[in-house]
Amino acid sequence: MNDMTPPQKMTPKDWETDQEVRWCPGCGDYAILKAVQRTLPALGARPENTVFVSGIGCSSRFPYYVESYGFHTIHGRAPAVATGVKLSNPELDVWIITGDGDALSIGGNHTMHLLRRNLNCQILLFNNEIYGLTKGQYSPTSREGTRSPSTPYGSVDHPAKPAAFALGSGSRFVARGFDVSKNLPEVLTAAYKHKGAAFVEIFQNCIVYNKDVFHDFAAPKGVDGQQLWLKDGEPMLFGSEKSGGVKGITLDRENLCLKVVDVADGDWEAAGVIVHDVTNRSIAHMLVEMPFGPFPMALGVLYDDPAPSFEEAVVAQNEQAAAGKTPDLQKLLATGQTWTVGADAGNGPDL
Amino acid sequence: MASVAEILKPEAGVEKAPEAVVVRFAGDSGDGMQLTGGQFTMSTALAGNDLATFPDFPAEIRAPQGTLFGVSAFQINFGSTDITTAGDAPDVLIAMNPAALKTNVKDLKPGGLIIADSGEFGDRNLTKAKYDANPLEDGSLAQWQLLSFDISQLTMDSVEEFGLGKKEALRCKNMWTLGLALWMFDRDRQPIIDWLKGKFAKLPDIANANIAALNAGHAYGETAEIGGDGLGLQQLHVNAAVQPEGLYRTITGADAIAYGLVAGAQLANLKMFYGGYPITPASAVLHSLSKLKEYGVTTFQAEDEIAAIASAIGASYSGSLGVTCSSGPGIALKGEAMGLAIMTELPLVIVNVQRGGPSTGLPTKTEQSDLYQAIYGRNGDAPLPVIAASSPADAFECAVEACRIATQYMTPVMLLSDGYIGNAAEPWKVPDVSSFEPFPVEYLTEAQEGGLQPYARDNKLKRPWIKPGTPGLMHRIGGIEKQINTGHIDYAPDNHQAMTDLRRDKVLGVADSIPDQAVSLGEAGGKLAVVGWGSTYGPIHQAVLRARADGHDVSHIHIRHVWPLPKNLGELLKGYDKILVPEMNTGQLKTVLRDQYLVDAKPLNKTSGQPFRIAEIEAAIEEQLA
Repeated sequence: MNDMTPPQKMTPKDWETDQEVRWCPGCGDYAILKAVQRTLPALGARPENTVFVSGIGCSSRFPYYVESYGFHTIHGRAPAVATGVKLSNPELDVWIITGDGDALSIGGNHTMHLLRRNLNCQILLFNNEIYGLTKGQYSPTSREGTRSPSTPYGSVDHPAKPAAFALGSGSRFVARGFDVSKNLPEVLTAAYKHKGAAFVEIFQNCIVYNKDVFHDFAAPKGVDGQQLWLKDGEPMLFGSEKSGGVKGITLDRENLCLKVVDVADGDWEAAGVIVHDVTNRSIAHMLVEMPFGPFPMALGVLYDDPAPSFEEAVVAQNEQAAAGKTPDLQKLLATGQTWTVGADAGNGPDL
Repeated sequence: MASVAEILKPEAGVEKAPEAVVVRFAGDSGDGMQLTGGQFTMSTALAGNDLATFPDFPAEIRAPQGTLFGVSAFQINFGSTDITTAGDAPDVLIAMNPAALKTNVKDLKPGGLIIADSGEFGDRNLTKAKYDANPLEDGSLAQWQLLSFDISQLTMDSVEEFGLGKKEALRCKNMWTLGLALWMFDRDRQPIIDWLKGKFAKLPDIANANIAALNAGHAYGETAEIGGDGLGLQQLHVNAAVQPEGLYRTITGADAIAYGLVAGAQLANLKMFYGGYPITPASAVLHSLSKLKEYGVTTFQAEDEIAAIASAIGASYSGSLGVTCSSGPGIALKGEAMGLAIMTELPLVIVNVQRGGPSTGLPTKTEQSDLYQAIYGRNGDAPLPVIAASSPADAFECAVEACRIATQYMTPVMLLSDGYIGNAAEPWKVPDVSSFEPFPVEYLTEAQEGGLQPYARDNKLKRPWIKPGTPGLMHRIGGIEKQINTGHIDYAPDNHQAMTDLRRDKVLGVADSIPDQAVSLGEAGGKLAVVGWGSTYGPIHQAVLRARADGHDVSHIHIRHVWPLPKNLGELLKGYDKILVPEMNTGQLKTVLRDQYLVDAKPLNKTSGQPFRIAEIEAAIEEQLA
């Protein structure tokens, strides 16, 4: 018998702060916050051990609303702050909350390096394809031709693709979801369970400055056939009879690209539909590049193949380098060639 | 026959060793002059001389051979008296090629000694150095004593038995030259032989060749009768300096800062996290700390300067002592993050090893032009304490002090060093670590009475340090203005006014914990105070010493705590008729002093990338007192 009390079972309510949530009414951030607050208790996460680190932007207010430790930092730098947090105390669960401007424009460099180093944390990138907090300028993920206060004639630059950026940066986990999706907790759970940097692009509806840009695949209704929910070990199927037939994704071997095929009578094998293998990096590269329109939007866990994490390697090297050495500062100060000036007023060295 | 002693000291024949000698080694950047200088420094320290050095090298890693801009030089001033500068003008110039001669000879004292490698004075090198005629032969060096011999050939002869290629053999030239210098000043070769054996442990041939060259240079001095013009080389003994009892070593500012930070973290009972990004001349601190893992140091080479400081802030947030280090351009990039550390009131040490600016400026040359940046250079009213090290040895204590203030006041602190302090070496009496007062940190582990208040303050206005991982104390912080006590977001006018005042008062309150400003040399009050900060300590000290010896009423005040300033400084300064502020910038401390105390501080400015000469400050003192 011991007198340890089992950790109290937590509820979503336990992860809410007393602060008034200050996003615009109808903002997709509310749904994401709810999804996170629903997921955390299910994961068995502990508030005292959880740190939410954010940059600047609408999404970056997120930490104020989660009853855990939280650090609302400066624009683009959340990954760098999080790296210090995690290296200093690897026991902490670190979540990074960021947006398309924060993570891919001003903070693109930090995002890239965090991913290649593989810091063990979750990065939730709220992609709304617009700068919301600064009142509606186009962002690095805005589609070409986006009209905004800073691009009254339409933007002319090619948008960044967050998932492709993450994978190209060396990420070992890439997933996608959207704000109001019922599957979002599942995606967040997979991200949490992945050891290493887990990158999640969450399409988020900015109802004020970029309303419904994801409507074609994320609207609550009528998007059957537009979402490809990926599940490890299952064929890449989407659509239904109602949406014009079940379809699948196959590999066009001749052109080395993906292709949509019709699946007749449920015989996806005959149609050559790919079975999703989350550890297949080559297919992951094709999935993150798969254009919406001709293809459905790939959602869920696109890629998940863990590798040793950065903080683990740092700790291991620190321990190895320190092994067998006794820290003696007094001795350290006297390293190198020394000499003693004696009581006889120091004429000459004592070699 | 003249001796070196005669050359060095005009009062020839007097049976007295010179008090101090300045030697400059100059050569191509590939000639190993910094190494030669470093080893000569070591042997000089071991011989008990006080010394100061000035390494001066080009920004290019391997500048084209033989060019004027590729010259690398190392100057050392050593003697039996208190040495605080690398010396104004060299007594001896060792020039390894025409370019080294051309760029350095103008600094040599009249009557000083030139030792030149005649083997390098061929047409090609003369053209590269823009000499029309060979200066060793055309009499243009008549105001100095000239000794030239074919060091290149002598070196090759000395290493012949090792069968090295010509290129490799010539690489031993610096050791030959060092051997000669060791003989000239009666230095022991053994420590250098030991060092060579260690350095080339895996390449015994190279070790032996270098040792042979070193011995040959030494033997050359001992046996050769040089020159047909009555000039010979004789040995010169400079007496050991009288220094306080104790154990000594040489130390560079970079190592002193690294060790001081380790000591500071220990005294605070904290692990240290160092986020850095490579930049000249600050990288040496990162290199030094990277080797000290067993002291609880984690070093992180970040992707950029901003990530370096941001990661250090993250580490401080989670309970380590965050440290970052850079030089001016990198410090500029860190500015916004410093504001975050000020707003979130987290401890942080920011080291700025200053270099010439603006922009890339003079990466390898020294300047003190970041004082405004340190005190004022952030958006918003963003105060933080600033400490300036005055010498390599002083940098140790300053680093400890920076850690103390950062942790005891929950504030970022900037420690100013500069390229000169960072690279130069000087003898250092190894301090007794146990003599430093510990300042162990206490985290908040339980909510205050009445509920958690992350921004409640103690009597020093310090807020509590709460580590993530502590049950029951979850809270949120960030860069948005904080509500007094609770730390919640608060944009209210009165709250911002009150918080701005609190941040200011907290930093000003640091002055309560620092010593009163002392007078380094002279009296509290009088005709003239020469007020300095940072690495100008040496030349100001010497200039004031000389002026006082000439009977002038002048004192030296050197400020370590440049922000907040010591509480008595205003009164102290008002006790002098005049105030002179020598700085390697266009007058930054001068402006601060005028602003803070309404005193008529006069500037003496130099921005050539070179430290002040004693004579320059002496002349300014005389002008002020005329």
